[in-house]
Amino acid sequence: MAASSAEPVIRIRDLTRVYRMGDSEVRALDGVTLDVAPGEFLAVMGPSGSGKSTFMNILGCLDRPTSGTYVLEGTDVSTLDRNERAGIRNDKIGFVFQSFNLLSRTSALENVELPLLYSRKHRLSDAGQLEKARGCLAKVGLAERWDHTPAQLSGGQQQRVAVARALVNDPAILLADEPTGNLDSRTSDEIMGIFQELNEEGKTVVLITHEHDIAEYARRVVAFRDGRIVSDDVVKERRSAKGTR
Amino acid sequence: MTKTTSILKVAFRAMGRNKMRSLLTALGIIIGVACVVATIGIGEGARVQTEQQLQSLGTNFLMIHPGTVTSSGARSGWGSNSKLSEEDVAAIRAEVPTVSYVSASIRSVAQVVYGNQNWSTSIQGGEVDWPAIRSWNVAQGQFFTDQDNRAAAKVCVLGQTVATTLFGTEDPVGKTIRIKNIPFRVVGVLEPKGGSMMGQDQDDTVVAPYQTVRKKIMGTTAVGMIMAAVSTPELVDRAQEEITALLRQRHRINRAAGQEDDFMIRSQTEMLARAEEQSKTMAILLWSIAGVSLLVGGIGIMNIMLVSVTERTREIGVRMAIGAKGSDIRAQFLVEAVVLAIAGGVLGIALGVGIQEAVAKLAGWPVAVTTSSVSLAFVFSAVIGVTFGFYPALKASRLDPIEALRYE
Repeated sequence: MAASSAEPVIRIRDLTRVYRMGDSEVRALDGVTLDVAPGEFLAVMGPSGSGKSTFMNILGCLDRPTSGTYVLEGTDVSTLDRNERAGIRNDKIGFVFQSFNLLSRTSALENVELPLLYSRKHRLSDAGQLEKARGCLAKVGLAERWDHTPAQLSGGQQQRVAVARALVNDPAILLADEPTGNLDSRTSDEIMGIFQELNEEGKTVVLITHEHDIAEYARRVVAFRDGRIVSDDVVKERRSAKGTR
Repeated sequence: MTKTTSILKVAFRAMGRNKMRSLLTALGIIIGVACVVATIGIGEGARVQTEQQLQSLGTNFLMIHPGTVTSSGARSGWGSNSKLSEEDVAAIRAEVPTVSYVSASIRSVAQVVYGNQNWSTSIQGGEVDWPAIRSWNVAQGQFFTDQDNRAAAKVCVLGQTVATTLFGTEDPVGKTIRIKNIPFRVVGVLEPKGGSMMGQDQDDTVVAPYQTVRKKIMGTTAVGMIMAAVSTPELVDRAQEEITALLRQRHRINRAAGQEDDFMIRSQTEMLARAEEQSKTMAILLWSIAGVSLLVGGIGIMNIMLVSVTERTREIGVRMAIGAKGSDIRAQFLVEAVVLAIAGGVLGIALGVGIQEAVAKLAGWPVAVTTSSVSLAFVFSAVIGVTFGFYPALKASRLDPIEALRYE
């Protein structure tokens, strides 16, 4: 285990999630316990039906566990209601999706700014928001393309805009769900390079994937099967992204 | 960029994305609002028009007509046998102080001739108070005098139409015309007055002294009608009561014993009320069209907003994932519905004003685009946007973010 002496950013105890389908019950998660320390780069692996998507939904505060506790940066988020969870998502979680999920006909800059509009934490001035969003775009190497709409950007560029959007509110964790699933291997390498870079700077990254070679960009890999963690290993031969962007 | 500007920006973008669809959706609102604006505008124009016409009849004006008379059980129609007399006129003048002007009046139709021109027109007999009662002054020359009336002098004043028809560009004052072959000296020409409420040309008339018309042209003793005027509109009702009391007393009518009045008093307010009654019928019709159209328009907006929520399920999911609360999503779709409705409202106001101007032009009414009608239409469309946009917005806000993100 790569646990450190610091207070874990994610502290999960005996988490279960049960779906009721008519009379039968499906235990998508069955007693998951996990700690993630600040600055970790964790990959969550598992075949479909292993419960990793359910895990990701709970980790991302999109869903609530049936039982067990989930403490994110010292806050127990397992019992929060819809609105409170929306606040947590805005504040502490940066999502990166497989299909980018940018708003169409909206410039890269406006896409990146979007989480700031829903922010209750730090109300920035208009100029402050712009500066923040531009800074995040620069971090992913797209400063000059701030006025491009998603249709005018390649898949890799769209995913970089999505990463910038995830960063804009300084979240506690970056939660990437199959971020390279729609990209070719060279672009995948670029995107994983960005995640590695952000992790070097101290960002906690949780990566959900079913591809072994993508998981190897992380430092630690947790494997799911039938709703349980079946392995938890440190990556021995870590891949690092080739070249710079 | 604040949340508000962002919401508005997204709303306009959504509307612009499907221009044709937005236009068709807004059509119901456009028609409804156009109806509201046109209804109020046309109604207002018609009211102003009616008021002007009544005003042209003379202000604070009362007409006392001879009434129905029952003889041997058979009731004859209004004015069939005039019981009004010159003594009644004198009595009103002397005993009803509320009345400032009073004039006996009589009316006939006759052929008037000047040189080789002739014209059939209405001949009115009046007394010196006539111009004051009708608020109708002479433009050229002067009105005849009380002396002329008492002496039954053969003098007359021409309406503009008669003056132009008989004299063309010639100055009629001082000339002699023949009415029923009797020579009359023209002493004046009246100001142009225009059409009456019934569409008659009020300028197509000749006014002569009451006594002259009664004796020389009609050969009767009965007073056709008594016209009276009071100084302010508030006095009309009081004058009507006082005249009624006086005439009942003079004609020995005992209402308690079931006897009916042999005269009838009509006031300007009464005529105004009747005219308003007519325009109300038309207004009810237009309001119901507007109501149905606005309802249909609202349903159209609800329908298209539901479609929009479904189409943009994924966007809703993304917004929720990055921290939008249900209330943020609800506000977004509510604003979109209101923007759509108000856009329809603005187009509807333009269309309504157009219709109103066209109708006013055709009917010759004064145009009255009131700010109240425009703001009312604006408020209407906003209310419709909120009412019919609420359910789709609520539906959007209640989506499950996980489901919404997975939606293809």
